[in-house]
Amino acid sequence: MERIRVIFKRELAGYFATPIAAVFIVIFLMLSGAFTFYLGNFFVRGQADLVPFFDFHPWLYLVLIPALAMRLWAEERRSGTIELLLTLPVTMWEAVAGKFLAAWCFTGVALALTFPMWITVNLLGEPDNGVILASYIGSLLMAGGFLAIGSCISALTKNQVIAFVVSVVICLGFILSGFPLVLELFSGWAPQFLLSAISSFSFLTHFQSISKGVLDLRDILYFLSLIAFWLFATATVIDMKKAE
Amino acid sequence: MTTMVEINNLRKTFGPIVAVDGVTFTVEKGEVLGFLGPNGAGKSTTMKMITGFLTPTSGTVRICGHDVQDDALAAKTRIGYLPEGAPAYQDMTPASFLTFIGQMRGLSGDALKRTVSETVEKVNLQSVLDQPIETLSKGFKRRVGLAQAILHDPEVLVLDEPTDGLDPNQKHEVRTLIRAMSEEKAIILSTHILEEVHAVCSRAMIIAKGKVVSDGTPAELEGQAPTHNTVLITVSGVEPAVAHERFMTVKGVKKVEDKGKDGELVRLRIYPDDGQWILPDIGQYAREQGWKVQELYQDRGQLDDVFRLLTTSKQALS
Repeated sequence: MERIRVIFKRELAGYFATPIAAVFIVIFLMLSGAFTFYLGNFFVRGQADLVPFFDFHPWLYLVLIPALAMRLWAEERRSGTIELLLTLPVTMWEAVAGKFLAAWCFTGVALALTFPMWITVNLLGEPDNGVILASYIGSLLMAGGFLAIGSCISALTKNQVIAFVVSVVICLGFILSGFPLVLELFSGWAPQFLLSAISSFSFLTHFQSISKGVLDLRDILYFLSLIAFWLFATATVIDMKKAE
Repeated sequence: MTTMVEINNLRKTFGPIVAVDGVTFTVEKGEVLGFLGPNGAGKSTTMKMITGFLTPTSGTVRICGHDVQDDALAAKTRIGYLPEGAPAYQDMTPASFLTFIGQMRGLSGDALKRTVSETVEKVNLQSVLDQPIETLSKGFKRRVGLAQAILHDPEVLVLDEPTDGLDPNQKHEVRTLIRAMSEEKAIILSTHILEEVHAVCSRAMIIAKGKVVSDGTPAELEGQAPTHNTVLITVSGVEPAVAHERFMTVKGVKKVEDKGKDGELVRLRIYPDDGQWILPDIGQYAREQGWKVQELYQDRGQLDDVFRLLTTSKQALS
């Protein structure tokens, strides 16, 4: 546990020691603001809630999170530090978890910095702050899911561009898995139970049900088990591809 | 003597390629073992398995009695490792990087601070402590790598090309440091600089095509050189053919080789029978003949020759 904390601290400091932190946070805040006010018609709707704000999160994450995740392991592999890290007295899952948690915490910081949005809506009207809190939690969980996928893809290659592109495609699949675009790929031949299984994997469905203000244990478990699965896959991939 | 590293029938294959093919050896406390071999011979792969980074296809590695695969944490705690190219987190400074490594090694508080500053002093990093590692020269980067390897005063030290890319002064410093530490540790280092073997190693092992082709002290290795204990002599006042013929009559001489004539000077290389010590006899004989001896010395044999012989011969290839 102590070693997870040490890795976590180093990774998190790494984001802030490089321009990554500044660029990521500024772009995230700008885009989320722009989407909310222009595309989401925040004012025109005349409703005191943050629905237009949170509605764009899956799409923002689709681009920004793979960009954050692509360096997680690809960079370690490219620079050779993976050999250093894994020959320290640390287990594989400690290393995987430490790096993931740092990235997750970093997105949490970016998300928290959108608080002016929450203040604005509270000044303009009387929103249901419970719903807003649930939405924030849902958004953070979804970001974790994206990150865990990105972490695994990043472990597959030392090329960060490939890691980015492949992660975006897989994340898109997870966002859209409840939609015709993905379902029609399967509907011709796959049995019904598989179809409903695939559609139940949708990030959107789970995120939307949380952002209605209902923190259903099943939705939370969905994201947590998704994260656990992809982190397990990350560790497996690293173990298999260490020699390359 | 205490056995610190036990390697038993270690094998590693990558698909159809056999990188390491049944390597077995032990390293005792106080030994400095030099791994020699051409590029791609399996030196780095062997080191990666010793340090637990790669999983062997078969065979075992034990560090102070702990199996690197089954009891990984205990084994890794006892190893300091400098990977090839001395990788480090480039955006960190040596100070923060070494602190990170110290914390990962379980140090904290005053002990951590003390250990880091002692190590920094040992490898002379004081002047660059707060510069990002990516801005440092190759020599400093290498020393940062060395510092993280020796930080926790490990019982076993594995160094992959520790002096690669250093200038002669820095090489000397690193070798002095390695010699100073060698008494209390078992050290394995790889190199393809053969003079390094003389400078630091108490034992040298030549690896070719994943197999150990020779294992002994540097002196024993030299003994395998074709020119081992040959005598090089330069005389004047005699024709080459005459000198050649006469030297053949000296007791213990197996072969005489003409090395050319330069004005009055005649150069010869004289091979002894069974590596005997024939230098005094040769010198005395030349003087008795009334020839002027201009140069006379004994060739101990070049490690380079042994290296080439062992790593390119058919025996090594098969």
